Amino acid sequence: MDRPPVVALDEVSKSFGAVRALSGVSLQLLPGEAHALLGENGAGKSTLIKTLAGVHRPDTGQVLLDGAPQRFSGPADALAAGIAIIYQEPTLFGDLSVAENVFMGRQPLGFGRRIDVGEMHARTSELFSRLGVRLDPARPARGLSIADQQLVEIAKALSFDARVIVMDEPTAALSAHEVQRLFGVVQALRAQDAAVLFVSHRLDEVFELCQRATVLRDGEFVWSGPLSGETPDSLVRRMVGRELSQLFPKQETAAGEVLLSVQRLTREGVFTDVSFDVRAGEIVALSGLVGAGRSEVARAVFGIDRPDGGAVVVRGRRLKYGSPTAAMAAGIGFVPEDRRQQGLVMDASIERNAALASLGRLSTFGLLRRRSERALAQDWAVRLRLRFARLSDPVGVLSGGNQQKVVLAKWLARKPSVLIVDEPTRGIDVGTKAEVHRLLSELAGQGVGVLMISSELPEVLGMADRVLVMHEGRLVEELARAEATEERVALAAAGQVAR
Amino acid sequence: MTALALRGTAARRLSTRVGRVRELGIVVALALVVIPTAIVNPRFVQPQSVRDLLLNASIVALLAVGQTLVVITRNVDLSVGSVLGLSAFLTAQQFANHPGTPLLAGIGFGIGIGLACGLLNGLLVALGNVPSLVVTLGTLYVFRGIDYALAHGRQINAANLPDALLDLGSSRVLGVPVLVLVTLATVAVAALYLRSYRSGRELYALGSNPEAAKLAGIPVAKRTLTAFVLSGLIAGLAGALWVARYGTVDAAAGSGLELQVVAAVVVGGVAIFGGSGTVAGAALGALLLGTITSCLVVLQIPAFWQQAISGALLLSAITVDRLLALRLAKALRTTEGTSHA
Repeated sequence: MDRPPVVALDEVSKSFGAVRALSGVSLQLLPGEAHALLGENGAGKSTLIKTLAGVHRPDTGQVLLDGAPQRFSGPADALAAGIAIIYQEPTLFGDLSVAENVFMGRQPLGFGRRIDVGEMHARTSELFSRLGVRLDPARPARGLSIADQQLVEIAKALSFDARVIVMDEPTAALSAHEVQRLFGVVQALRAQDAAVLFVSHRLDEVFELCQRATVLRDGEFVWSGPLSGETPDSLVRRMVGRELSQLFPKQETAAGEVLLSVQRLTREGVFTDVSFDVRAGEIVALSGLVGAGRSEVARAVFGIDRPDGGAVVVRGRRLKYGSPTAAMAAGIGFVPEDRRQQGLVMDASIERNAALASLGRLSTFGLLRRRSERALAQDWAVRLRLRFARLSDPVGVLSGGNQQKVVLAKWLARKPSVLIVDEPTRGIDVGTKAEVHRLLSELAGQGVGVLMISSELPEVLGMADRVLVMHEGRLVEELARAEATEERVALAAAGQVAR
Repeated sequence: MTALALRGTAARRLSTRVGRVRELGIVVALALVVIPTAIVNPRFVQPQSVRDLLLNASIVALLAVGQTLVVITRNVDLSVGSVLGLSAFLTAQQFANHPGTPLLAGIGFGIGIGLACGLLNGLLVALGNVPSLVVTLGTLYVFRGIDYALAHGRQINAANLPDALLDLGSSRVLGVPVLVLVTLATVAVAALYLRSYRSGRELYALGSNPEAAKLAGIPVAKRTLTAFVLSGLIAGLAGALWVARYGTVDAAAGSGLELQVVAAVVVGGVAIFGGSGTVAGAALGALLLGTITSCLVVLQIPAFWQQAISGALLLSAITVDRLLALRLAKALRTTEGTSHA
């Protein structure tokens, strides 16, 4: 283990205005290791990654490559130095082909420095076969699922023969099968002496894949060391700096009347014949693999997509197809999967975002009352324990967990009778996660019906009164809280239901 | 699994077909316009009138090629009409004041003027980080203003211009006007650049996802600058050719041309928010718009209606574009999940 690090951060600090994102953080990546970077949202992980990527320049301290200080003047320099980053949000060119996305700026050249398209496609196919996926190199990147986009990013990093690969939450959108593939690739990279920096909120994956870890908290270095002597609990303690009581505190509630009834809902080619009820005081989880059609069902229920058949009935009244306005009027709230794209107006202020779904109530004669808007945001900020500087700050500056709270506030301010939450804790740190869970549980206690889509089994099992499992667009299993085990849910999601 | 793979290639085929359909669609539209007109007035398709048609369209088509390079990067160059005007006047003045100027040197002079204008646009957009719409709207007036100030109400006529230049505007090779050939050559070179060279592909990347382009290490400012310089350069060339074609230049040459050019680019299937489109499509778009104007004249439709009809055509082109995009998106979505094989 005495080999010198491939890349190291030495006492790096970085501030944005008055906010200190990193202060004196050090990190060493050894050749052939998978190293976990841990910390709650807002701990400075993204800033650290962007410093390695050459996007941010450190205020003080330095980035060392093979012991030599580097001054990256932009992402191109970091790429040239062999540092490849796979960002949490895929950064693809939708109009260009998959192969061009992989090789942008480094396309294989043929006669007269012209791009050799055949060679480029062949190399891309080769990379995909190393990853064990089938994607057409010539198809445009637009329309790929998030998981497939992530795979294109991974292929891009592989194509570099990078010496350092940073993966920011690479597994968030992948199915269990794809995660295993990815881990296989990481092992292969380690065997070639590359260093992998792995950022994930899933601690089981961290223990499976990584040898060492570094923990950040509030922009400061907390701990770095081998994972062998650690447990998930000990890591979480280092991350939050306090003991965690209970992660999934769903209180028992008696289920009341049926609030939402979905009857034989079908959208051609996406999902078929989906029926279920959500009762007052109940949390119903919609489980299944990515691509099974869970989010699509939620979108159709809320009226974003128009179903081809079936009905959505709220308190005995059938909703008009394809009308979010009707769904909102009937008392449904919807917290979407992708908060940056669909849940928030990133450039607008916290108060604007929080009030966005309640504008009618906050207006007099069609004019919005600023004071009411602010009061509403203030109220919910306190109730949800939002961490922010000023309510007039743009939402974009908040950490992921706090952004999610703003989305929740937006819908809770409407006092919904049914709340649909799609991946409510994706990419959120442990502390905030527990708060979101507590909140959902409280809502159910107040008689709200909650429909929760989640890819995390512990969350599903801990929170849900009933678990519905989807497989390839169909509802294949319904399990009561007592019968739901990790194994039964996973089997049903894989399409293997014992009947 | 084979079914999935098959669907994947089907999507690929559809997407390339949609790309081609754009250009094919314009050809069909051309036929729809030309054939009825030819039936009403057979002289419309005689060689001489076809030549006139191509000649009239060639300058707009040339500008559309430059515009495409800019629009692909999610920018726009509204100053091309003014750049053409300035280049045309200064080139003509150069020939008039120095009768001994060699033909190519004079044209090179015009190109140089355009290049300088494009450089100014590009620097303001790329380094000043000012939206291109604002920058080129400003330089549209600045360049035209300089043009008026220099011209001082003068007009330069064919009598003051060398024969070599005027011949260029009227001579043909194998029956095809030289101006048309110059335009075709420019289209070919630009098409090759955009299709097969790294920096050309990077222009598409820039327009498709600017944020990702930055992270991918693409020199964003440099490429944006390149696009504007090329657009200016081509507008400069167009200015010199304008003198050759018309033989008379005043300060108003090319006024209002920029909107025709943008219309041609959009009709030609270049996405107005960048990322996709071809120069061939844009050039065909220019030809289509030019042909329609001529047809309306031949069909004796009152001139008042011409603009409305051109505008309606623009709207229908955008509608067709949108419908095709939606169909393509749907086809691509149904083939997702191929990786779960």
